[in-house]
Amino acid sequence: MSKEFFGGRGVTRRRLLQGITSGGAVLAAPGLIRGAQAQAGDAIRLGAPFHRTGIGASYGRWYERTAMAALKVINDQGGINGLPVEIIVEDDGTDPKRGVEVMEKFAAEYKVDAVFGHLFSHVVAATAPRAGELKMPYFLCSEAHTLASGAFNRYCFQPSITDVKSQVSSMAPWIASNLGKKVTLIYPDFNFGYDHRDNMTAAIQAQGGQVVADIAIPPTETSFTRYMPRIPFNTDVIYHVMVGPAVLTFVKELGEHLGSKRPEIFGFIDSLEAVDMDIPQLEFLEGTYFWEAMPRYAQADQSAADRDFRAAVGVDGNGASLSDPKDVATYAHMFSVWETLFAIKQAMEMADYRGPGQKIAMMEAMESIAGFREGTEFPQGDKLFNGKTHQAFGHQNISQVTDGRLEVVHRTSIEDTLYPDECDYTQMSF
Amino acid sequence: MDLAPYLLLAGLEGLVQASVLMLTALGLSLVFGVMRVVNVAHGEFYMLGALIAWACGAYIPGPPVLGFVAGLLVAPLAVGALAWAADRAVLQKIGYNPEGTIVSTIGMLYILQQGALLTFGPDARAVDAPFYYTIRTPWFGYSSYKLFTVAVAILLVAGLWLLMRKSKVGLLMRATQFDRETALNFGIPVGKVYSAVFAIGAMMAAVAGVLVVPNQQAHYLMGTDPLLLSFVVVIVGGLGSIPGTIAAAVLIGLSDGLLSVFFSPTLAKIVSTLLVALVLIFRPEGLFTVKGRRA
Amino acid sequence: MIHNGRLFALILATIAVLFALQFALSDYLVLAATRILIMAVFAMGYNMLMGYAGLLSLGHAMFFGAGLYAAGLSSYYWGSSLPVSFLIGILASAAFSFVIGLLALRTTGVSFMIVTLMFAQAAYLATLYFSRITGGDQGLTLPTDARSFSLLGHQMDMTSDPVRFNLALAIFALVLVFMFFVTQGPLGRLFAAVRENEPRTRMLGFDTYRVRLAAFTISGTVSGLAGALYGLVFGYIGSAFAGFHYSIEALLFTLVGGPGTLLGPLLGTTVMTMLIDRLSGLTTAYLMIVGVILILVNRWFPKGILGTIRERALPWLK
Repeated sequence: MSKEFFGGRGVTRRRLLQGITSGGAVLAAPGLIRGAQAQAGDAIRLGAPFHRTGIGASYGRWYERTAMAALKVINDQGGINGLPVEIIVEDDGTDPKRGVEVMEKFAAEYKVDAVFGHLFSHVVAATAPRAGELKMPYFLCSEAHTLASGAFNRYCFQPSITDVKSQVSSMAPWIASNLGKKVTLIYPDFNFGYDHRDNMTAAIQAQGGQVVADIAIPPTETSFTRYMPRIPFNTDVIYHVMVGPAVLTFVKELGEHLGSKRPEIFGFIDSLEAVDMDIPQLEFLEGTYFWEAMPRYAQADQSAADRDFRAAVGVDGNGASLSDPKDVATYAHMFSVWETLFAIKQAMEMADYRGPGQKIAMMEAMESIAGFREGTEFPQGDKLFNGKTHQAFGHQNISQVTDGRLEVVHRTSIEDTLYPDECDYTQMSF
Repeated sequence: MDLAPYLLLAGLEGLVQASVLMLTALGLSLVFGVMRVVNVAHGEFYMLGALIAWACGAYIPGPPVLGFVAGLLVAPLAVGALAWAADRAVLQKIGYNPEGTIVSTIGMLYILQQGALLTFGPDARAVDAPFYYTIRTPWFGYSSYKLFTVAVAILLVAGLWLLMRKSKVGLLMRATQFDRETALNFGIPVGKVYSAVFAIGAMMAAVAGVLVVPNQQAHYLMGTDPLLLSFVVVIVGGLGSIPGTIAAAVLIGLSDGLLSVFFSPTLAKIVSTLLVALVLIFRPEGLFTVKGRRA
Repeated sequence: MIHNGRLFALILATIAVLFALQFALSDYLVLAATRILIMAVFAMGYNMLMGYAGLLSLGHAMFFGAGLYAAGLSSYYWGSSLPVSFLIGILASAAFSFVIGLLALRTTGVSFMIVTLMFAQAAYLATLYFSRITGGDQGLTLPTDARSFSLLGHQMDMTSDPVRFNLALAIFALVLVFMFFVTQGPLGRLFAAVRENEPRTRMLGFDTYRVRLAAFTISGTVSGLAGALYGLVFGYIGSAFAGFHYSIEALLFTLVGGPGTLLGPLLGTTVMTMLIDRLSGLTTAYLMIVGVILILVNRWFPKGILGTIRERALPWLK
């Protein structure tokens, strides 16, 4: 091509070079020159890589709101060990590469004391090794079984939300004895779905039941009607766990296909997080069951902790934003951000934590914690914490859709959710 | 379920998919045929159509039909205007250089996607269908709205056909497509024709978005998949050929529906993507065009 | 015999400055520079094809992914040492790009762009389809004992920041020097001839298909090398890296820096990475800004930063 693109605008060599150097200086300037860094010891800084954009953005928005609400509570109580707490939020784009970059930024630029709040499992899987290498305590608010299976390192903890294996194995007995023993599984065709398939198949067989069909659906799919004929007629229960923006279509098409002769349906609320239950497209979900970590709709026996939690985050009794009833929260997941912050607080207080030099003491304190009591700090309920696998175990809820609301019909004990340890991070070095 | 109703269902689904594909792919094909521009942002016009339909449904009171009809009018107009402006401000300035336009439309893709995220938020938005009626067969139930989308798509394609064949605008477009230089010499305002074509292509995608959104939901990342499938259709049908594109949409829509009955859908997608590449390599004029002059 | 000695001197100076950076920059910038160097290798691979041979591919993520998976999977399943896995990654992407090149190079222009896009999409879907092996979307985290290796008796610990930086720099420098000799030598002149006037080159008796195939294979191999390096240095492999977005990144980096200039990819990668890194703290709309930059660069600087400088002032900068 030719010079017509720059048409004699008098860009001289010097001006061009000047422009480039000054551009470089601007890029490098803000606080990145060697030696310029935050004063350690004046505050506790926590890095929060949230999914502000990308496929996880619905969750990220609510994770951020919950974190800010918890932060306010903590600072109103006087911070941690007398130090004020700051949260630095960065967007990871729900992208593994960007997740790693943000982790590096937290470790080396902001020099935070810990990082928390990652949800999507591919971002977690990419970031976890880097967290260990940067010696950065990394608190997950994810659900994947990867941490408890031993694939990560001693710097990674999940002190609030339970993993898929524990959720599924505690659901299976109830499904088999209340809904039926012939189960059809419908799940997304990637690891998250396989976790469900493998654990559910094993758990339902242990109950004397059987999986009559399992239907894996590619994550790129936007229409599901053609998979429906694979559901055998003798199915007692359809077990579905779809994620992503197309789940509403899935549920709607399931209803259209089956009509009123439907078998029992049991799903994971992950499918409908941030989606209003009370819309015409979801009418036929009436009477079906969902797993919930924390009930989206305020129950008749609502605890004081749940009431306080809703008020602090700005969520009404239907699990929607106080300012916009159409803006539905990711209620069954976002409590984990709140509880994780209080778990970090507890560990830091046990270790009398004052700055990054005491990270190891703080993590050892975390490993020594056996559990958390239900209360304002842990509104979802009591928890057991396994210091070896770095994984929390808690109550699970089964809710039934009744008049467009989710009503809890069963709450498992924590013992129902336990399984033998698969790793021992305390044997690893820091 | 027996095989026969199974196939019936797969066929119906394939037909619905084919009709939506036909609209998006025709838009892409028209733009490529007349302007020689590969519009990577095409899927985002579809996404915008869907989001505007949602906004119309959510903010216009009254029965869902009103919102739907409003969406059907507002979405293509708004998206068409946006596309017109984009053509003037971006594509025209780089002289429709084939490679440059791809890079620029990728830039548009990012801008539109992020813009949609900032305005409409990250949640998947459900839209009420204008009517609810489930057709019940002995084996399965089927949404009557889906069949309605097939009918609308056929009407729209017929409309486009008439526009191209019978109207003066269509004549200008075909003249420009046939030979740009001669068209210029005959005083045809090629610049305006290009802008109009780009806008009409985007409008086709927007209408497809409006039609599809009661079946699916509006979401700011929904444009990628239809884009790739439309590419497939346009290439198999022969770049720029309208009858070829229609035939390819039906073929691919139906075969996708039927193939996924027998194979893993991911595998079916891999195979169809590879097929497109191979068609382009070994039969670049497409499957449905007669050898010789390329439109 | 070195043609274009000034450029070679500039390259050596660049490498020296890059080496010195680790003593001047803040900790975070050293980490960022490590990532930039690796992604710049990817962009250099892309530039080989786009800048020097004039073929615009929309599917280079498949080569990045091929290197990433070949290296990462061999380390994950066979426990091969890091240098061996790295080598496997390079060889696999060389073979893969050769085969894809054999097919894709039967087309040119827009068809070539779409063919590469389609092959890349099929490759991406394949990483999902074989998720039992690849870990699919969630990916695989490489085990901790695959994070160090010994080189000439020295234990190289991939978790140490200086080791990572210098390793990335060493490989970057090797690729850069290799690129210099390819592009500034007879083969490079042949690439330029094919880019500028293919029929004429063919009339002069050259087999232009083979020339392009050479460019394509080198390009794919270098991109795969970057993928292998990324997977091993960061200890994670996942299907996201084979996705469309990464093909666009390579294009973007090259386009901003200057297609057909040796140092353009490094400059483009640096500018874009740091721009996104700074912007993401300020706004969530950084992808929108990327879009605007793509359009603006394409409009006013279709030859990128260094390409423009070359045209205005320094003709030897290529």
